[in-house]
This record gives sequence, C-alpha cells and structure tokens, in this order.
Amino acid sequence: MENNDASNYKSLLRFTTAGSVDDGKSTLIGRLLYDSKSIFEDQMEHIVQSSKRLGKEDVDLSLLTDGLRAEREQGITIDVAYRYFATPSRKFIIADTPGHIQYTRNMVTGASTADLAVILIDARKGVLEQTIRHTYIATLLDIRHIIFCINKMDMVNYSEIDFIKIKNDLSDLSSRLGVEDVHYIPISAKYGDNVVEPSENMLWYTGMTFLRLIETIQIKKDKNSSDARFPVQTVIRPLSSEYHDYRSYAGRIAGGVFRKGDEIVVMPSMLRSRIKSIDVMDRSLDEASAGDSVSIQIEDQIDINRGDLIVKPESLATPGQDITTMLCWFNKKPLKKGVKYFLRNNTRETSCIVKSVNYRMNISTLEKETTDQPVSMNDIVNITLKTASPLSYDSYNKNNITGSIILIDEGTNETLAAGMIE
Amino acid sequence: MEINDEHLKELEDEAIFVMREVAAQFERKVILFSGGKDSIVLVHLAKKAFWPAKMPFSLLHIDTGHNFEETLIFRDELIRELRVELIVGLVQDSIDEGKVVEETGINASRNKAQSVTLLDIIDRMGIDVAVGGGRRDEEKARAKERFFSHRNEFGQWDPKNQRPELWNIFNGHKNFGEHFRVFPISNWTELDVWQYILRENIKLPGLYYTHRRKIFLRNGVYLAWAPFMQLKPSEKVFEADVRCRTIGDITCTGVTLSKAQSLEEIITEIAATRVTERGGRYDDKRSEAAMEDRKKEGYF
Repeated sequence: MENNDASNYKSLLRFTTAGSVDDGKSTLIGRLLYDSKSIFEDQMEHIVQSSKRLGKEDVDLSLLTDGLRAEREQGITIDVAYRYFATPSRKFIIADTPGHIQYTRNMVTGASTADLAVILIDARKGVLEQTIRHTYIATLLDIRHIIFCINKMDMVNYSEIDFIKIKNDLSDLSSRLGVEDVHYIPISAKYGDNVVEPSENMLWYTGMTFLRLIETIQIKKDKNSSDARFPVQTVIRPLSSEYHDYRSYAGRIAGGVFRKGDEIVVMPSMLRSRIKSIDVMDRSLDEASAGDSVSIQIEDQIDINRGDLIVKPESLATPGQDITTMLCWFNKKPLKKGVKYFLRNNTRETSCIVKSVNYRMNISTLEKETTDQPVSMNDIVNITLKTASPLSYDSYNKNNITGSIILIDEGTNETLAAGMIE
Repeated sequence: MEINDEHLKELEDEAIFVMREVAAQFERKVILFSGGKDSIVLVHLAKKAFWPAKMPFSLLHIDTGHNFEETLIFRDELIRELRVELIVGLVQDSIDEGKVVEETGINASRNKAQSVTLLDIIDRMGIDVAVGGGRRDEEKARAKERFFSHRNEFGQWDPKNQRPELWNIFNGHKNFGEHFRVFPISNWTELDVWQYILRENIKLPGLYYTHRRKIFLRNGVYLAWAPFMQLKPSEKVFEADVRCRTIGDITCTGVTLSKAQSLEEIITEIAATRVTERGGRYDDKRSEAAMEDRKKEGYF
C-alpha cells in the first residue's frame, strides 16, 4: 500500500453523490463498483436476474444500490444508501443520496459525514436549478472538495464544446459559492467512459478518470486542528476493588490536541484542572488528537457530566443561549415559532424555542428572502433560537462537530431539522 | 502480514463513540450475541469503550437449538471472562408456547422464528436497546440502515420513514414500549472485521479456521450436515476441509472449502474471493427482499 506520506493523507475517504432524478448516480456507483471489480459474483447474478425480470435490455447497474423493494419496483432511490469499496490505495464510503421528495434531507444527511461531494449533471441539460441546490448544500455543509461529473456524454456525441460550456457555468457557480477545490470530468456512467478506464470516445479530455481522481485527491484534514475540544459522552467509574478510585471522562476528541499535563477548562462550569492521564483501554497516551476516542482522567475532583465540553484556557468555545444558525427543515410539519423542541449539540441536550426566522435562502437563485410563509419541508432558513440551558459551541465553519445541532420533536421524537451555527 | 490500519483506527474510534452513546442514552442494554465474529468484535469494542469498568451490557443469545456445539462452548467461556449477564432466548420456547409455527419440509429453518423469540424477550425484559453486529456492506437492505435504528412497539422497522442521521449526533428518543437497534460497526466491511481481529488479536471459535466436517451441497451452497437435517435423495454427505465465513443457525450457514489455518491466511482468502459472505447464507436466498422482509418483522 502506497499511503503513508503526507499528514493530510487520509486512507478512508467518505464522499456523497448528488444529482437530479435520472442523472445516473446509481449507475455511476454501479459502474465504479463493477469496473473496479468490487461487485461479487452473487451480487452480479442478482442484478442480471432482476434486470431481466424488470424487462430491461441491458444489465441495470443501478439495481445494485437500490436496496428496498419499493425502490426496485419504482426504479427510484428513496433513502440514503451507503456503499463500500476499496482499491489498493484507499478505502471509500459512499453515501448515495436520492434527489427525490426529501431531497434536502437526504443530501444534507449524506453531506454531513462527507469529505467530498460528487455532483452529477446531465450533459444534455447542463446546469439546472437542482445543480445550484446541490452545490449550495455541499458548501453549506462545509464540504471543500467537489467533483462535477458531466454524465451522459454519449448522448451529446461526446462533444467537447458542450462539456466546456457546462464547465464554464459550473466554474461561475463554484466561485460564487466559494468552493475551494473543484474538478470537472466528462463521463458516460452507462458505458463506463472516464469512470475507471479512460474514454476512447473523448480523447480531447486529458484529465484523470473518476476513480483515479478519488484515489489521489488530497483531502484537507485541517478542519479542527487548532482548538482543543472534548465533548464528554459518559463518566467511567468501575467501582471495583482493583480500580476503586478510578474515574475518567469518555468521549471522542472533536478538535485539536490534548496532552498529559495540559491545563483544561470545563464548559459551561468554567472549572479548571489538569489532565492526569489519557487512556485507551490499558494503554496511557502522551497525547491524543481530533478523531480519537479516549477517556481522560483529571487531577482534581470536580463535577463533570455528559454534555460538558472540555477545552483549553487559551481557546474557549463560545458560551451562550441565544444562537443564530442556518437550519435545514426536514419534516412535513412546518416549523413553529415559540414551540419547544429538544436540541442536541454533540452530546449536550437541552430544550429550545425558535425566536425568529431571519431569512429564507432561495436555493435556486441563492438570494436571501424575507418571508412570513411557514418554514416547511426542504426549506433552508436562518433562525435565532433560545436554549433552556447554555451551550458551549463554535461556529460550524470553525468546527463541524461543536458547531452543529439537530432539533427533535418532543412528541414524536423525530429528527426535525439540522443546523449549522453561524 | 502488514496491515495499514489507519482506516481501522477510524472505524474503531467511530464504533467506540457509538457504544458510549448507547450507554449514555439507554437504560436496559443488551448486545445481540450469536457467537459469530461480528458479535465477538462488538464485545471487544464494548470492553475497550468502558475499560476498566465492566461493560454496561448483558449479552443476549437467541438460540435456535440448531447450534454448532463449538459456539456454545465459546460463548460460555467468554461470559466467564467478562463477568456479565447472559440472557438466552430459546426459539423452542416460542414454538412450545404457540407463538410461532415451526417450518416444515426440506428447507425448514428456525432462522425466521428467531425474530419472534427476540421481540418476546425484548418486551418481557424491558430491553430498550439491542446492539447488533449488522454491517451495511452485508446486504442491500442493510445498506439503508441507520446506526441508531428505531423500532416501534411491535418491534418493526419502517425503512421508508427512518430518522435522518447527521454528523455524529444520534437521536435515541423513543416512547415507552419502543426500542432501538444500534449497529456500531455499520461502516465496516468483512475485510475490515478480519483485519481488526488480527490487529487486536481477538480470539475466535475454531469454526472459522479450517477443519474437517461432514457437508452436503444444496442449491450451490455447501451446508454443514447435522443429524436432524433432512436430505433430498440427490444430496450426498461427504467430508471436506472447510471453514465458516459466517456463523449462524447450522441449518442455514454455508461453509466454504478452505485450508486457511491462520488469520493471515483467512484475510488473503477473503481479499481474493468473488462471492459475498452472505452469498453462502441460505436464509437470504429465499427472495430478493428476504432480508428486508425479515428486518421489518424485527429480525436482527
């Protein structure tokens, strides 16, 4: 394996795919798995049989990702599906998000754990409203790498002129939205051009194939490197004779680095102490950094509970109860001002009420609109809410973990909305 | 064998985070323990997540009565070591109580009946979360599964109406009588599991390594022979060197012809294989949506 070089190299790449209905997302993933020999014989046999049963001429590779009965029957993808494959250089987790009824919900969900977004465009149609929407959501969720796949090139005679026109439109869109790293590939998912193998039909394209690009793309891991953040999940107290006085705080580091001996501040209580030990089972570490699940023992006996945030004195999180956030609303029931919702910010849970809807984002025109219309499913709005007890948070662009929230319905327990704190 | 374990570390960190969320959000917690490698890995992760405290889970084994003997021995040894409670749900009890009608015929299996026993125990013992070793790469209905998967008061899964799951925020809110299934190793593949077992030096039942066994061939799958199994006239029992890729109920667990004696050899074998591990699972061959249907009814 060839992957121990740069520190920002990540051997696990999570990406999400977005596109309009019939843009060929499932076909692209099917093609990727098929041509990279990640489809097993029994899976292939299934797809061949199902394609026949559904009366299809060719083997329909999209059947590989459409896992639910209703999806296969209707030929659509309903829910986010996760797919896995690996090449010698990387392991990939794909969140395949359908562009259907609950498109915002699905794409936001897929994007929330992705390092990279793949957005499909139909070469015959070019940049559509949905393309703007998908690109906007990717940037809203702070995805810094986008690959635009201009698909169905076979249906425009593999025309370079068509490709360049779409590429220019996309380039305008990306710079308007401030995307850091953008790539464009002309492909035919159905016939495999530029997916795994270079296309013989588009010799004018000299860039990388899709697979080559996702294998080699450098993903910035610097998101949470500066400010140390440790949200406490649970307290570990063995109460056994062997570990009678042992007490540690378990969690996954959400940013920065913690070292043995570091001075820490517990938020919101603002009590101070020092790190006595950082444990992973019976091993004690000198330091641990973002992403590590550890448990931390501290010098002093102070009150620390689930939902508290351990930080360092030189970089405190923001304390507060009045929060302004971008919010994606997922539920059929519209958002109601003044109604109590549960709010989760990492491991902390409290109640909140929405005080004001500041503006609605028109995600087709990217205009901010003031409106008195109810906030309903698929809407993206900017709101101010008030929490019952204080949060210790960061802005989402500074830290995706301490800067994100969800709202939960107190009656039905459904997850209603996702928020990115400003 | 050198394993690049950067991805294993990330998967482990994620799984431990999920385990701890379960501990914090639920009351009566069990790990579904089948004696298979995935549930053994879960137990290892739970051990790691709460060390040096005892894991806050009981182990729940749904016992079809059609076991590989080795699995039960392994289970009991593990329980002694962990000092946690073992709950055994007997499918035979559900049959005797008339809660489920036993399948008959050549392909009879108690696999489906397990769901009834499981839901019965969950209900009776007030279990509000059952942690399972399901992985999204196993099967296409599982690819749509959440880490925190809600079950209504009938224990049913509603795949078209799942809660969205964002970032690493897991919503375990539920009403009385409902429960959750949680899958900490959702993002692992079969190969990841094996590489992790090697990396952590986790002990497995001998069934996973090559051994001599009486087997027969049915619909392209080698099945382990046991005295209570009915054979078709054309089916011949013979001995071969085999190992299990998955372990479940003996009636539906396929075995593979293999001479792999070590974890290294198993990993090499799996990396080269062209059939999924559930390709040998007879229970999935019943129909295209076999897994989806069983999951809706309350299967693991």
